[in-house]
Amino acid sequence: MLISFDSVFKIYKMGDTAVHALDGITLEIEKGEFIAIVGPSGSGKSTLMNIIGCLDTPTEGTYTFEDKDISKLNDNQLALIRNRHIGFVFQSFNLLSKLTALENVELPLTYGGKKGLARRNRAMETLNSVGLGDRLHHRPTELSGGQQQRVAIARALSTDPPIILADEPTGNLDTRSGREIMEILKELHGNGKTIILITHDINIANQAERNVHIQDGKIVKDVKVVG
Amino acid sequence: MDILQTVKIAFRGILDNKLRSFLTMLGIIIGVTSVIALVSIGQGATAKVTEQIQSLGSNLLTVNIMGRGANTTLRYDEAMEFANSPNISAVAPVITGNITVKHANKNSSVQVQGTNGDFLTVRNYQLSKGRFIAPTDVNMRQKVVVLGSQIAEDLFGLVDPVGQEIKMGGQTFKVIGILESTSSMMGSNEEEIYIPITVAERLLQTRGVRVMYIQASSQDTVTLATNEISSKLSRIFKDNPDSDFQSFRVFDQTQMLDTINQATGTLTMMLGGIAAISLLVGGIGIMNIMLVSVTERTREIGIRKALGARKRDVMSQFLIESLVISGIGGVIGIVTGFLLSRGIAQLMNMGVKTTYSVVAVAFGFSMLVGVFFGIYPANKASNLKPIEALRYE
Repeated sequence: MLISFDSVFKIYKMGDTAVHALDGITLEIEKGEFIAIVGPSGSGKSTLMNIIGCLDTPTEGTYTFEDKDISKLNDNQLALIRNRHIGFVFQSFNLLSKLTALENVELPLTYGGKKGLARRNRAMETLNSVGLGDRLHHRPTELSGGQQQRVAIARALSTDPPIILADEPTGNLDTRSGREIMEILKELHGNGKTIILITHDINIANQAERNVHIQDGKIVKDVKVVG
Repeated sequence: MDILQTVKIAFRGILDNKLRSFLTMLGIIIGVTSVIALVSIGQGATAKVTEQIQSLGSNLLTVNIMGRGANTTLRYDEAMEFANSPNISAVAPVITGNITVKHANKNSSVQVQGTNGDFLTVRNYQLSKGRFIAPTDVNMRQKVVVLGSQIAEDLFGLVDPVGQEIKMGGQTFKVIGILESTSSMMGSNEEEIYIPITVAERLLQTRGVRVMYIQASSQDTVTLATNEISSKLSRIFKDNPDSDFQSFRVFDQTQMLDTINQATGTLTMMLGGIAAISLLVGGIGIMNIMLVSVTERTREIGIRKALGARKRDVMSQFLIESLVISGIGGVIGIVTGFLLSRGIAQLMNMGVKTTYSVVAVAFGFSMLVGVFFGIYPANKASNLKPIEALRYE
């Protein structure tokens, strides 16, 4: 099993009241799945994604990633998982505005210890694969939203992680760019990557193979999409 | 992550905020500049003083005679007895007094010094014209005078004074020589005039030798000579060895050198210390800016962490950034400090000396300031939780 949640809770203290962002989630994700986590805003889907992405830790319950109990790992080991096993694609792209597209894509490789020409070549290769081979030295502000998101995908792919974690990847894009991004994700899935998509949009979610509906921190529905 | 890449990232961070980085650097630049300039000036002064003292010869002894009451003074012939010692090669006793010199319609109040022929060699003075007082002048009580360059110019203007006459205390003196001017921390000789000591005794109506310049026969006999002089003078003045009061004092050059080096060393330390405070203030500036930078770049830190940056990657990024700022500031400061001290040297006609050690210390200290004031912000950045940093707007 790639990802396994066993009654995971995430509880935030807001003054005197405790908010259950995740309220006993039990979930398993297999290698190679294309899964969409669907829910309205405030449902806890972002919290779920943060925990899956090892950016945050559960308050209670166990999260097992590739047979490793995440709560037993230290900061450096978590950083390594984020670097090698998970590629993040954010709604707001989260590119570093001072760096060029190429440099942005190089970042995870840098932290992964790849050096010099090997790093540069790998970054160019991934940028080419998302169709931005001619935009290597553009800064994010010089690119359209769709292009920025493609840079972000290239960045997520650069260390060749098995999992792509996409948080509302089309949320800030027009329909056409959004469709392009979804096509890329589908293609990646076709190449064997596990894609975890977070969205509130049921039309986007329906392009995945499996939909997990989440509401008030609980899974309310877990269905296979019949395409 | 390799260090080169970290340095590159740090440089990017600095270049992205040129004005701010420069202003931050300015604190370090000013600090290092002032350290280098002030210490250079201090060390230059020390070097010059040392050189001057050493040029007098390290076997020069200066004996100041305060005397005990009016009666017990040292006469010229008593002073000259020291010359018989094998440890002493020359003795130049000096009688001083103030007197008015006149030439034509010009007159000037000066300090006149009565001495003998050895004075010139003992004090290591040079003549620019004529000759100095000779032993016969002393023996025959010749009314001859040697003038300092300034007083000669005051009295005679452009006329060659040698062979001319001046009047002192109603007596006529013949000018036989002009001293080449030297000025040192021991004073300038430009305004002094010298006459034979036997003439001075009568002119100034005193027999008390005030100062004796004594040359030991070699550097090794300086201590012997000092002891000999001390014991002899103690006998003459009947000094009580247990009493604090001394009617005379013997200085040798090493003592004087030590005293002066101590004084100038303290001065240099003080100047350097004051300058170091400004360097410290510059460091606080770095910390301030780095803290602002960490806050501003919280989201960037979050992104980097999400992409796999470890604590130490973020830590070294910010630490190196502050080190680069303080390092570049240090280098610029060394250059401007060097130039500034040379400028001051030109303007104020002073000697300056920039040693490698002060450059190394100033640069090292600026780097230390960079590390010290960079650690807190860098640590703060590295400890940000990725999720909170990513959410930061």
